[in-house]
Amino acid sequence: MEKVYLAVVLAPLIASIVAGLFGRQIGRAGAHWVTIIGVAIALAASVFAFYMHVFGGLPTFNAAVYTWMASDMFTFEVGFLIDHLTVMMMVVVTAVSLMVHIYTIGYMHDDPGYQRFFSYISLFTFSMLMLVMSNNLLQLFFGWEAVGLVSYLLIGFWYKRESAIFANLKAFLVNRVGDFGFLLGIAAILMYADTLDYATFFERLPELADIRVEYWPGVEWSLVTVISILLFIGAMGKSAQVPLHVWLPDSMEGPTPISALIHAATMVTAGIFMVSRFSPLFELSDAALSFILVIGAVTALSMGLLGIVQNDIKRVVAYSTLSQLGYMTVALGVSAYSPALFHLMTHAFFKALLFLAAGSVIIALHHQQDMRQMGGLAKKMPITFITFLIGALALIGFPGTAGFYSKESIIYAVQASTLPGASFAYWAVFAGVFVTAFYTFRMVFLVFFGQPRMSDAEYDHVKETPRVVTVPLMLLAVPSLIVGFIVIEPLLFGSYFDDSLRVLATHGAMASLESQFSGAWVMFTHGWVTPVVWMALGGVAVAAIMYLLLPTVLPPLFARVFAWPRRVMQDGYGFDGFNSVFVAGGSRLLGRGLWQIGDVRAIDGLMVNGSAAVVGYMARTWRLVQTGYLYHYAFVMILGLIGLLTWIVFIGA
Amino acid sequence: MISLSEFLIFGGLLFSISVAGIFLNRKNVLVLLMAIELMLLAVNVNFVAFSHFSGDIDGQAFVFFVLTVAAAEAAIGLAILVTLFRNRRTINVEDLTEMKG
Repeated sequence: MEKVYLAVVLAPLIASIVAGLFGRQIGRAGAHWVTIIGVAIALAASVFAFYMHVFGGLPTFNAAVYTWMASDMFTFEVGFLIDHLTVMMMVVVTAVSLMVHIYTIGYMHDDPGYQRFFSYISLFTFSMLMLVMSNNLLQLFFGWEAVGLVSYLLIGFWYKRESAIFANLKAFLVNRVGDFGFLLGIAAILMYADTLDYATFFERLPELADIRVEYWPGVEWSLVTVISILLFIGAMGKSAQVPLHVWLPDSMEGPTPISALIHAATMVTAGIFMVSRFSPLFELSDAALSFILVIGAVTALSMGLLGIVQNDIKRVVAYSTLSQLGYMTVALGVSAYSPALFHLMTHAFFKALLFLAAGSVIIALHHQQDMRQMGGLAKKMPITFITFLIGALALIGFPGTAGFYSKESIIYAVQASTLPGASFAYWAVFAGVFVTAFYTFRMVFLVFFGQPRMSDAEYDHVKETPRVVTVPLMLLAVPSLIVGFIVIEPLLFGSYFDDSLRVLATHGAMASLESQFSGAWVMFTHGWVTPVVWMALGGVAVAAIMYLLLPTVLPPLFARVFAWPRRVMQDGYGFDGFNSVFVAGGSRLLGRGLWQIGDVRAIDGLMVNGSAAVVGYMARTWRLVQTGYLYHYAFVMILGLIGLLTWIVFIGA
Repeated sequence: MISLSEFLIFGGLLFSISVAGIFLNRKNVLVLLMAIELMLLAVNVNFVAFSHFSGDIDGQAFVFFVLTVAAAEAAIGLAILVTLFRNRRTINVEDLTEMKG
C-alpha cells in the first residue's frame, strides 16, 4: 500500500514539475494533459486507498517513508498516517482538484500564463496531500506552508494587477500571524513531549495533562490549553477565522478556479482538519474549546452578514465561505468533530460548485463580476443556472441536499452542548442560517432572474459556456445533492472515525445528537418542520420579496434606512481599516524608526562613518607630531630610551 | 691613579655631548654623523675602563667590534650623505622635511 500512498502525493508533484519547468516544450495542451493525468492518478489511488481502508478492512497505516534528518534527540521524517479521516480528505482534495483542473482549461483558455497556472494548481494538490497525509507535525507544517505559498502565488497570478499584488501580500502576511502561533504550538509540543510524531504525542498526552506553566507571575495556565490555543491560532490564520479572516475576501483577486480549489474547498479547511486530527489534545482543554466555539460563532454570523452588502459575485461566495468555516469551527468547539468534517466535505463540493458556476457566469459575461450588471441569465445559461441553484440550495441547507445534513448536525450539536459560550454560539449559528439563505438567494435572484441590467447587445451575446466548464459543474452538482444523504449515518454515528477522533464522555454533544438520530430519511422528512429550515426558507422568501418582486423599491429603501450599518458592513467592520492604520501603519512607523534611527544614524552614521571619522580625526591630530625634523625624532628616541631604562632599573627587569 | 668613576664621568660627559649634538643641531647632517661617532666612542671608553678595572680582556675585544661597526657606519653614512647632497643640493637638517605629516 505504501506505493499507492506515494503515488497519490508524487503524481501531482511530478506533473507540476513537468508543466512548470518544461511548459514551453510541451505546450498548452501538454501542460493540461500532464497535470490532469497526474491528478487523475492521485484520485484513482486515493479512491483505491479509500476503498481498501473503509471496505477492505485495511488497518491504519502509520510509518515513515523517508528519514529527512536525524539529530541527537529528534528525527525528522516524512511519513504517512493513513486512517479513515485521511482517506476521506484525500478523496475530497483530489476529486475537487480534478474538477478544477478540467474547468481551468475553459476558464484560462486565453491566458498567457496557462502552463504556469496548471503547474501551480498541481503543486497545490501535492502540498495539500502532504498536509493531510502527514504523520508528524513537521510534515504537517511543511504542507501548511506549502499550501500558503501556492495560495500566495495564485492570488497574485495576474501579477500585473496592483490589487492582486496587494491581496497576495496581505494573505501571506496575515497567514504569517497565524503560523507564528502554530509554530509556537509545535515548539511547545516538541519541548514537552519530545516528539513530533502524532501517535507518540497522543500516547504521552496523559503525562502532559497535569503540567501547569506560568508565563508571567501569578497567572498559571494548563499546558494543554496553551498548546491547543497556539495551534488553533494557526488554524485561525489558515481557516480565516475572525480576526485573521481579512485575507480571504481579498484573495478573490486570483483566477476563479483557484478561488474554488484553494479558498473554498481545500486549503482553508486545513485548520479544521488539523484541529480534528488533534482532537485528543483539544478534548483535554475546555478553555480552548470554548475559545474555538466563540471565535467560530462570531465568524459564522458576522461574516455572513457581510455577504449581504457585497456586489461582486465572487465576494459574496467568499464571505459565505468564511461563514461556513465559522460553522465548522463552532462544531469543533463543541467536540462535534465528525459533523465539522462532514460539513467540510459537503462544503468542499457545493462551494467548489458555487465558485465554478460563478466563474462560468463570469466567463459568459467576459469577466464582468458585478452583480448589478447581471440579471436574467437563467434563460441564457440553463446548465450553469441549475448547477448554481443546486449549490445555493446545499449552502442554505435545503432539506435533502448535502449541506442540509451537515449543517443541521452542527446546529443540533451546538444546541446540545453545555460548554461556556454554547448558548451564544447556538443563537449565532441559528441566526446565521437566515443570513446565509438571504444573501445566497439575493445572489441567485440578482444574477439569474429579473430584467437584464446590461445592454441588449451584450445580453444577446451571452451564451452557455463550453463543455469543459459545464461538465465539472455537473459532476460537482451530484455530490452536492446526494453525498449528505449517503454518508451521514456511517460518518457521524457509525464507526467511521473511531480510530481518528477522540471525544471525552463529558463532552456529550455528539452522544445527544446520536440519541435523536433515526436515519437520514427520517431526518429529511422531519427536516421540513424544523425551525432551522424555516429560518432558511424565511431568508429565501425575504430575498425573493426584495429582489424578485420589488427590486426597484425595497433595496434602495433599505439601503437608505440602514445607511449607517450598511457602511460599517461594507467596510468589513473596519478590520481592514484598523489593520492598515494600526498594524500596517505601526509596522511602517517602526520600520521607518529603525531605518532612520537604527540604520541611518546608529549603523551608518555612528558605526560605519563614525569609526572612519574617528580614525580620520586621530590621523589629523597625530600627523602634527610628524614634524619631519630629524632632531625631533632623535629626541623622542632618547626620551624612549630613558623611559625604558627607568623602567628596567627602577620597576623591574 | 685615576679612579674608575672618573673614567665613567668622562664617558658620560662624552655621551651627553653627543646626544645634545644630535638634537640641538639645527644645521648640518655631517655634524649629526660626528655626534653618533662620538656616542660610540663614549661607550668604548666605558668598555675599556670596566675591562681594565675588572681585569677582564673581553671588554677591550668588544671595543674592536664597536670600532669596526663605527667605521662601516661612517662609510655608509657618508655615502648616503653624498647622494643626498647630489639630489637635494643641501645637507641642511632644516630643509630635510620629507617625512612631515
